[in-house]
Amino acid sequence: MSGVSRRRALAGLAAGAAGLACPAVLRAGGAAARVVVVGGGFGGATAARWLKRWAPAVQVTLVEPAERFYTCPFSNLYLAGLRSWDSLGHGYDGLRAAGVEVIHARADDVDAAGRRLRLSTGQTLAWDRLVLSPGVDMRWDALDGYDEAAAQLAPHAWKAGPQTQLLRRQMEAMEDGGTFVMVIPDNPFRCPPGPYERAAMVAHYFSRHKPRSKILLLDAKDNFSKKPLFLQGWKALYGDMIEWVGLSDDGRVTRVDARRRQVETAFGQVHTAAVLNVIPPQKAGLIAERAGVVDASGWVPVKAESFETRQVAGIYALGDATLAAPMPKSAFVANTQGRLVAAALAAELTGTAAPDASFSNTCYSLIGPGYGISVAGVYRAEGGQIVEVPGSGGVSPADASAAFRAAEADYGEGWYGAICADIWGKGA
Amino acid sequence: MVPIPSSGLCAVLLSLALGPMQCAAALAAELSAPSVAVLAGGCANCHGPDGLSSSAIPSLRGQDEARLRARMQDFRAGRAGDATVMTRLMKAYDEAQIVALARWFAAEARP
Repeated sequence: MSGVSRRRALAGLAAGAAGLACPAVLRAGGAAARVVVVGGGFGGATAARWLKRWAPAVQVTLVEPAERFYTCPFSNLYLAGLRSWDSLGHGYDGLRAAGVEVIHARADDVDAAGRRLRLSTGQTLAWDRLVLSPGVDMRWDALDGYDEAAAQLAPHAWKAGPQTQLLRRQMEAMEDGGTFVMVIPDNPFRCPPGPYERAAMVAHYFSRHKPRSKILLLDAKDNFSKKPLFLQGWKALYGDMIEWVGLSDDGRVTRVDARRRQVETAFGQVHTAAVLNVIPPQKAGLIAERAGVVDASGWVPVKAESFETRQVAGIYALGDATLAAPMPKSAFVANTQGRLVAAALAAELTGTAAPDASFSNTCYSLIGPGYGISVAGVYRAEGGQIVEVPGSGGVSPADASAAFRAAEADYGEGWYGAICADIWGKGA
Repeated sequence: MVPIPSSGLCAVLLSLALGPMQCAAALAAELSAPSVAVLAGGCANCHGPDGLSSSAIPSLRGQDEARLRARMQDFRAGRAGDATVMTRLMKAYDEAQIVALARWFAAEARP
């Protein structure tokens, strides 16, 4: 790089960094293009908010059915009795104040050629770019005996809402000495450490209210996120209350009888539960299928540099619905993908240079009050692929001190407040 | 993707010619503002909107640039005894990115 061009680039960066609200490079204008974002969760709401901030001239519309969005992150703490239901809900006034048009409706269908989105209200929205962040849907045909009706008896509680509250009521109604059985799917699925944190949080509740109870985890795989740390933490806080059975020990469930609260494994063992929590295999939310952006896997393949879908130009996707391995399907990742999509769209619509695609993740899990663990990763686009930056990331040390575990419990709490404020908050 | 120079020979040569501050500035110039904005977004995820925290996690916004840079370098080198997750995260960031992030959050103090 020559001295002159270096100085120019430096001046550009300085101007960008100083202009806090909207860096100069991104402020360059842009016609009144319309971007419609489907899904007001961690991915979609981030993309909408930051696109509006970085390209204020762009008309940004967010479509989300719920007036209050209840988060899956920290819903396990609600099950434990460590957090109120209300504290998990977030409204959209902050996004509206930031200039995002928010429409509470379900997105029903996409006309990709005509660039139209049809809503459950009958309204049709025209878009220049469409961003889909629909999260996951359950694959109701993947596990024999487990359909929507069965989920009313044996909740999945893998979308925060009535299912989560149903599971909590069943835990409260359970007699001491009962067995809580959790059925856990193979990869990929939303929130890889989630089932194992849930086990700890259910154990926290049982240890205080129903100490003779047991928790049996039937898993379709042999390894899981932060496995040694979870095994260590469960033992330290809850003794033998939690039993984990992996694939090799016949942990894979092939049939569910929700009415009897029984499950059957691949080798024919039948387990009976007092409370049955079935987390079934998942796929991208339905609107992604309607848009024609999913592949045979049921998920959405995307271009690593921009998260534009590989199937349909002009349609972007992000969050849990996408095929973005080695990144996990986490809220943190969805938030960093949301920023990348916002910056990529702002650049495209204002005719400026595209940003470098960088992503990161930190997933905290709570074993018990004052005992947290984490996994972290940093990712970037390289030659059309998403790669983890070599030599970085990883899990909390196995031999960490009590102070370290306590700090990570505090930081987990801090993370939840920070990311929610970043997405749904009133703004700086 | 814009190539980002490593902190190796280039940094040494530049620091001999220009002194450490100018060297850092020259390296930072390799990242565009939108790229830094995306990179800094990952920090906000825990450190709060625009790096302003309201929890046990420290704020980044408005902190002294040199201190931010030194702290990130310490995390990356495993020299920060009080670190938890930051050591694992910072190992992914090169000198140019650290310089750019420090400048980004320090600059956010300005109105």
